[in-house]
Amino acid sequence: MTLRLQARGLACERDDRWLFEDLDLDIRGGEIVRVEGPNGSGKTTLLKILSGQLADYRGELFWNESPMRQARQAFLENLLYLGHAPGVKAALTPLENLAWYQALAGESPTEAARLAALDAVGLAGFEDLPAGQLSAGQQRRVALARLALTPRPLWVLDEPFTAIDRDGVAALEAQLVAHARSGGCVLVTTHHDITASQELRHVRLGRGGRDAEH
Amino acid sequence: MFAWAGEGGMPSTEVRPGDNAARSAPDGEPRGGLGVAVWATLKRDLTLLMRRRSEVLNPLVFFALVITLFPIGISPDPELLATIAPGLLWVAALLAALLSLDSLFRSDYEDGSLEQLLLTPQPLAMLGLAKVAVHWLLTGLPLALMAPVLGIMLALPAGSYLILAVSLALGTASLSLIGAIGAALTVGLSRGGVLLSLLVLPLYIPVLIFGAGAVQAAIMGDGASAHLAILGALLALSLMLAPWAIAASLRISING
Repeated sequence: MTLRLQARGLACERDDRWLFEDLDLDIRGGEIVRVEGPNGSGKTTLLKILSGQLADYRGELFWNESPMRQARQAFLENLLYLGHAPGVKAALTPLENLAWYQALAGESPTEAARLAALDAVGLAGFEDLPAGQLSAGQQRRVALARLALTPRPLWVLDEPFTAIDRDGVAALEAQLVAHARSGGCVLVTTHHDITASQELRHVRLGRGGRDAEH
Repeated sequence: MFAWAGEGGMPSTEVRPGDNAARSAPDGEPRGGLGVAVWATLKRDLTLLMRRRSEVLNPLVFFALVITLFPIGISPDPELLATIAPGLLWVAALLAALLSLDSLFRSDYEDGSLEQLLLTPQPLAMLGLAKVAVHWLLTGLPLALMAPVLGIMLALPAGSYLILAVSLALGTASLSLIGAIGAALTVGLSRGGVLLSLLVLPLYIPVLIFGAGAVQAAIMGDGASAHLAILGALLALSLMLAPWAIAASLRISING
């Protein structure tokens, strides 16, 4: 099975203003697609539409050639979305946070896998502290540990580099590239400059919503 | 030192796109997945509330305070108090349950867990039901257990304690389910509290009538079983319909 997320004639209006119009996208496995644009240009909205959270748009979405409406269940089983808010509970420890996500993904929770995932994002030794006592970057890392914990082919990441230090950014970039090389697909918004690689594509949003793909 | 910094320390991110699709094949659908998810949600919400005790104690303290103030404010006459006790206890418990509803989905909405909940392949209705179950366990059930003690303060006749607790246990379960629909609808609003009360209170009235009626009937010496049966029927109805309404309301809220 190949991965393919398509959008045809996508348009979204917010407060009498078109964020983007006539946006055609064709995202396949093995690609990192970076959505660019100034603040307020609709990057997060586009990601929410593409991850099936917003229904308030025009145009059509297709997952593996079938309309999103019918393919929604299969789509959700392949999706890992990390939003603006990391979705990490301050009162729970990183281990407990991850246990919930692991169970939601339909896997039986195993502590060894969670410890390995936390260790991999540099949080070894912080497993049992309430996440509220961790720094913003560390909380973001807890959320990012899900990338390794629950393997999904399609990653939709909204500003994943926020609050992450320089070493972490490099590691995350490497992880994105490795994911694309192994056949996965990454859709990401960020203001960081991602090191160019052959997997990287750009989608630019801006005033008037011209889609300047190249 | 960050293990995350090198290729070597990186966990395997190998992806097999067919993997998940294969699992969802009609014959091989793992039913265990939903059970695990519901259990994990129950456990998570229980842990969360046990770490924020004040949120659990708030409605209980409110209930106790209101009931304590009535004999002082009205009259210590046991006969008068006994007449109004069923209604008083039920109204106070209902308001206490209503107070705690606003926070049901609020913190999940604020920290982004709610959008994750909506994006799981598991049925949202069942996960919502798990959250409501926790709300009832830590609000409705303690209120029902506390009510007989407060009943003593209102000179409630001794024979009606059990009926009071049972009617409250049944009734507050319906209240939690119905209230969760309102909480889900207003979770996206910054000050949804008043709107929530306005939305939900009319739907609470049948539960209040039959709940207070059950206790009244027990005091009068008539059988309370008819009232309890209707409370049970209301609960069955809410159990059937509310989870889907909660799921749909959450979708609407996130969409906005």
